[in-house]
Amino acid sequence: MNPTPLYDRPDFYFITAALLLALGVFGLLRRRTLIGMLISGELIFSAAALNFMAFNRFKVADQSAGQIFVLFIMGLAAAEIAIALSIVIAVYRNYRSVKTKELSDLNG
Amino acid sequence: MSEFPAGGYIVNLVFLFALATTVAGAVLAVMTRRIIHSVCGLAICCIGLAGLYYFLHSPFLALMEILIYVGAVCVTIIFAVMLAEPEEAVVEKKKGVDFAWSGMAMAVGAAIFYGLWRLGAQHDWTAPVTRTNDGSIKLIGEALLTTYSVPFELISLALFVAILGALAIARAGRDKA
Repeated sequence: MNPTPLYDRPDFYFITAALLLALGVFGLLRRRTLIGMLISGELIFSAAALNFMAFNRFKVADQSAGQIFVLFIMGLAAAEIAIALSIVIAVYRNYRSVKTKELSDLNG
Repeated sequence: MSEFPAGGYIVNLVFLFALATTVAGAVLAVMTRRIIHSVCGLAICCIGLAGLYYFLHSPFLALMEILIYVGAVCVTIIFAVMLAEPEEAVVEKKKGVDFAWSGMAMAVGAAIFYGLWRLGAQHDWTAPVTRTNDGSIKLIGEALLTTYSVPFELISLALFVAILGALAIARAGRDKA
């Protein structure tokens, strides 16, 4: 039997969070549509939240602070999604497209 | 510890399954071509993350993750996909510039991952001697209404403004189109 089970080793969580952040940045650079970039942004939020939770569990005395912070991250992510999707829909209504390459006109 | 001899292995397997679900969902979210598959990848990733939060002794956040991300965020994104992308995206031929751009994006991602991995593995993070509380749901609720009451109110204000702003933005120009 393992002396420390796998889920009590912080390295797993840190590496997973780093992987999520890297995948999010990769998707943000690679995606060509606004909604795809938004999904990659959500991955970056998740990476930050997982990192907060891992540090909160293993390295911090107050166990509830990190959970509350992650709850705030989730609330802000929900607000961001609502705003961003309404912007996407407004952009689609004007341009008939959500591809970032075609959104190149300024209207002043 | 537990009476059942293989219990530890089973718990480890469940943990690895949650880890694999998270990573596989994230890979699916950024690598697939169609945007609706990408949303499904995000949902899978969030379910895996909920499992990880459970292993981090926070069933409250595991519930919230599924409720907010899978239940609200992913459904909202699917609504936006249905409203904004009615036609199937045409599969255009990949050019050399596209591959170069993807390679550059992958290099940036790999560099970030490698740097964070080195940082996390090498630094000697000090662990606390004692834990002041156990982070139960009751304590979270008390902290939200005492220590963190101002941020709690502020985030409700932010959500309210976000709802109003989303309505205002999405409504503008509706009669035009």
